[in-house]
Amino acid sequence: MGRITLNKVTKSFGETQVIPPLDLTIEDGEFTVFVGPSGCGKSTLLRLIAGLEDITTGHIDIDGMDATAVPPAKRGLAMVFQSYALYPHMSVRKNIAFPLRMAKMDQVEIDRRVDNAASVLNLADYIDRRPGQLSGGQRQRVAIGRAIVREPAAFLFDEPLSNLDAALRVGMRLEISELHKRLETTMIYVTHDQVEAMTMADKIVVLRAGHIEQVGSPLELYKAPRNLFVAGFIGSPKMNFVEGAEAAKYDAHTVGVRPEHIAISGTEGAWKGRVGVSEHLGSDTFFHVHDTGLAETLTVRADGEVSFKHGDTVYLTPREDVVHRFDAQGLRIG
Amino acid sequence: MATQSSRSAARLMMAPAVILLLGWMLAPLITTLYFSFRRYLPLRGGDQGWVGFENYTRFIGSSAFWPSVQTTLIIVGGVLVITVLLGIVLALLLDQPMWGQGIVRILVIAPFFVMPTVSALVWKNMFMDPVNGLFAHLWKFFGATPVEWLSQASLQSIVMIVSWQWLPFATLILLTAVQSLDGEQLEAAEMDGAPFIKRFWYIVLPHLGRAITIVILIQTIFLLSIFAEIFVTTGGAFGTRTLTYLIFQRVLESQNIGLGSAGGVYAIILANIVAIFLMRIVGKNLDN
Repeated sequence: MGRITLNKVTKSFGETQVIPPLDLTIEDGEFTVFVGPSGCGKSTLLRLIAGLEDITTGHIDIDGMDATAVPPAKRGLAMVFQSYALYPHMSVRKNIAFPLRMAKMDQVEIDRRVDNAASVLNLADYIDRRPGQLSGGQRQRVAIGRAIVREPAAFLFDEPLSNLDAALRVGMRLEISELHKRLETTMIYVTHDQVEAMTMADKIVVLRAGHIEQVGSPLELYKAPRNLFVAGFIGSPKMNFVEGAEAAKYDAHTVGVRPEHIAISGTEGAWKGRVGVSEHLGSDTFFHVHDTGLAETLTVRADGEVSFKHGDTVYLTPREDVVHRFDAQGLRIG
Repeated sequence: MATQSSRSAARLMMAPAVILLLGWMLAPLITTLYFSFRRYLPLRGGDQGWVGFENYTRFIGSSAFWPSVQTTLIIVGGVLVITVLLGIVLALLLDQPMWGQGIVRILVIAPFFVMPTVSALVWKNMFMDPVNGLFAHLWKFFGATPVEWLSQASLQSIVMIVSWQWLPFATLILLTAVQSLDGEQLEAAEMDGAPFIKRFWYIVLPHLGRAITIVILIQTIFLLSIFAEIFVTTGGAFGTRTLTYLIFQRVLESQNIGLGSAGGVYAIILANIVAIFLMRIVGKNLDN
């Protein structure tokens, strides 16, 4: 069980309010991702839920019980830290067993749970090593192991993959998703990487300066971003924004078109431009098109086969049905 | 240092330093060994030739020898226990954010800059004087009879003075160690359900292990040879004669250089025994 409700929660450090009043419900078993640029308050929010920071005003309920004044250890939550925070002088076994020892659990049960976690996470071969002798990915798994043995109401992940290299990150992303499917426990995951958010989340919470900009499933956010910030943050490469006369044609202050929703042609199209840098990924090619008179650069995704040279003149055509329209306040129209 | 030529060049350039250090160490050691086998009484006939092991048997046979070894060990042990324990407490306290942190830290370190002779004189005259000392006034204020510190509790007094001098050193080293502890580890332990005492025992203390080892080893080296504090306060009386002080008395008060040199060799042996024990007990913290 792990339904977490935040009710008008605020947090101030001295005079500066980093979290303005905020309401949020995380359903039991949901994989929720807090995403936003650095300094948007997502880690602070996670630490408030964990109890590592006191909230200034408001309430946090966990499973219907007011947990606002409950110390971190009693909230039944387990956290995986960015630096993993393993205890360097303890073996992997002792690290994983630490929370159980603190709970004065009986030794037989501790051994059973630790062995179970070790086999789930493929740690059995390293169980007697110290964290210093493990690779980044193995340390990450130990940190997750230490969290799962407690059988918590919810897992909290604070940017757990940011210290891993790209290939390992993709692997661990899958492992964490797999773990969530198997345990069906609530997970709250903080990241600044929208790819992690899109691939892992059941529900994404986009934060900016402590405000919730939008809450929704990955596809909801992709298809119907509520404002310019979410539109620009979700999706890679970024959505193109066009203002002025061209936007007025759509009855909007700003229109947004994703790179994958623009067709590129060497002969005809709505907007004319000049090819700048092209990024060939094999499967796709991204063209950065300049001199369209609409925006400084428009990014266009094309098939990997399509090839234009630097300086070529090209024509771009947006797909009318997926043009996002925004008003002068940056809010979505329609 | 990859190529053959750069390696031999490095050896050549290090040679002067190595030779100097070796000479620095060996010259006094050899002189001490030389004199320890001679009968050398500067005011009573000077150097009178070889005597074999006579100085050694006389030094160890003297009724003052074993008590002096014991005194040395008590002082070293007592100061180590006090400085390490209080040092950990002070380091933890100084790590807390507080107003005037910079000033407080400087004040804590200050005693280390006071010369041993001066600090011993200050303690002897300002604090421990049975008539005018601050402690005497304090005792009288509560209606108690003032303690004659340096005669009634002489060993404890010296341990206290020396601890006061060395506490800043221990605090400083331990404070830097406390500050290097990853805050996330403490938070993880907090989430794992460890209350403050257990966090200290399972996380902070193991983290401090290496720093404590260094404090103990360095302090032992210096504490085995404390002299000024004893010379200024009790002059070796009231059971405060350490091995160092005994050697001093043999050489300068008895004017017997041969006997003192033999004592010096015993001091080297004692230091090495202590060092071996310490390395056994705490040295494993240094491997990792």
